[in-house]
Amino acid sequence: MTLSSDAATALFQSAVKGERRSLGKLLTAIERGGEQAEIIAGLAHQVSGNTHVVGITGAPGSGKSTLTGRLLKLFSEAGDKLAVLAVDPSSPLTGGAILGDRIRMDDLAGEESFIRSMATRGHSGGLALAVPSAIQLFDAVGYEPVIIETVGVGQVEVDVAGAADTTVVVVTPGMGDAVQANKAGLLEVADIFVVNKSDRPGASDARRDLELMLDLGHVSGLEEITGYRPPIIMANSLEGTGADEVLDAIKSHAEYLRNSGKIEIRQKERLVMEIQNRIELLIGSTARVMLESEVGASCIAKVLEREISPAEAAKSIVGSIIANE
Amino acid sequence: MGDHQQRVILAKLGLDGHDRGIKVVARILRDAGMEVIYLGLRQTTASIVAAAEEEDADAIGLSMHNAGHLTLGPKMAEAIKAAGLDVPLIIGGIVPDEDVEELMNAGITAVLGPGASAEEVVATVQNAISAPDKA
Repeated sequence: MTLSSDAATALFQSAVKGERRSLGKLLTAIERGGEQAEIIAGLAHQVSGNTHVVGITGAPGSGKSTLTGRLLKLFSEAGDKLAVLAVDPSSPLTGGAILGDRIRMDDLAGEESFIRSMATRGHSGGLALAVPSAIQLFDAVGYEPVIIETVGVGQVEVDVAGAADTTVVVVTPGMGDAVQANKAGLLEVADIFVVNKSDRPGASDARRDLELMLDLGHVSGLEEITGYRPPIIMANSLEGTGADEVLDAIKSHAEYLRNSGKIEIRQKERLVMEIQNRIELLIGSTARVMLESEVGASCIAKVLEREISPAEAAKSIVGSIIANE
Repeated sequence: MGDHQQRVILAKLGLDGHDRGIKVVARILRDAGMEVIYLGLRQTTASIVAAAEEEDADAIGLSMHNAGHLTLGPKMAEAIKAAGLDVPLIIGGIVPDEDVEELMNAGITAVLGPGASAEEVVATVQNAISAPDKA
């Protein structure tokens, strides 16, 4: 099932010409990882860097997919050819997954748009590579913008937000009080807030808590550092209200990034992060090999004998990796 | 197949709102370690083919409870073939035994009727994926 380098190049060229099935197969290879994925990501990287990447995140059930479906419709109607990468969790027990985001998007998608579901497959490191590679691939074959939709729990999602130019955080009424809103984490990475299900009780409270949280950023000086105050948009994605405002906010944030020169900074940060993730994975896999080698075995024996500590063993193994390079 | 992660599309075609069965099957396949791309209700042959292309699916499962399987089943198989896709099509739901042969002749890879166990569901999907050219 693995592709030869020539086959990967041929598939890539066919995807650039608009052959959707080739793009589907390339995405599968990227998800599988390894050498094939590196070749494809390399081809894509050469001609990428043009598309605007929008991340949509928030708690499970907050209405991310429904909002994404609405945006799909609006972008498609405006003549944009966009791609959506919908990430859902894999079961840690069996590795299986139910990828159900398409049900909220399919009938709203234009013929030119492309939706791909991706499972986390239990390894955040792999996802941290597969997501940027998939974005680069969509970018290289001419999709603009690219929307990544992901469940907003845990570090992985903050990482995925790092892969986006514009991060939309979707919250719902009853998500917690003002103290919750001031906790560090997901809310900090938002460029745009959407209070979804705004017909529900507590919607204006949620808005007020977010405004207060942003006000405190003004007081503490954070707003001055970032130079930007995220807008808060009230939406009801089931009915479609608010989606056009979200679209406008995405466009004005993109413009803000371009005019302020921050887009280059974000794109650089993103590539640096990808290099770093790749380094960590490379060293990690080398370390696992080293642990099973003689050097590793002798270190493990010494740790068991209480001669050296686990930290010293780790340093000594990393030292021998560097010596070998 | 090695480390290839199997990806299966599940959908209901046309006007057929009975989705209890397809939800159970989705869960069975998930718990067997497959990635299920769940399209849900009111799909068309075109939307299912498009999803199969974009998701690079290894198999398509259709759930049918509206007695339309002899009409819609072959139409789906034709649409898959017309698109040049080499993806097995499995039909599950209320399909009388005497209709199975006609469906198999029309290019459907396998049929799962009422009472199929979780093991049968998983084995049928896996066999369909590993034995392509059956259609």
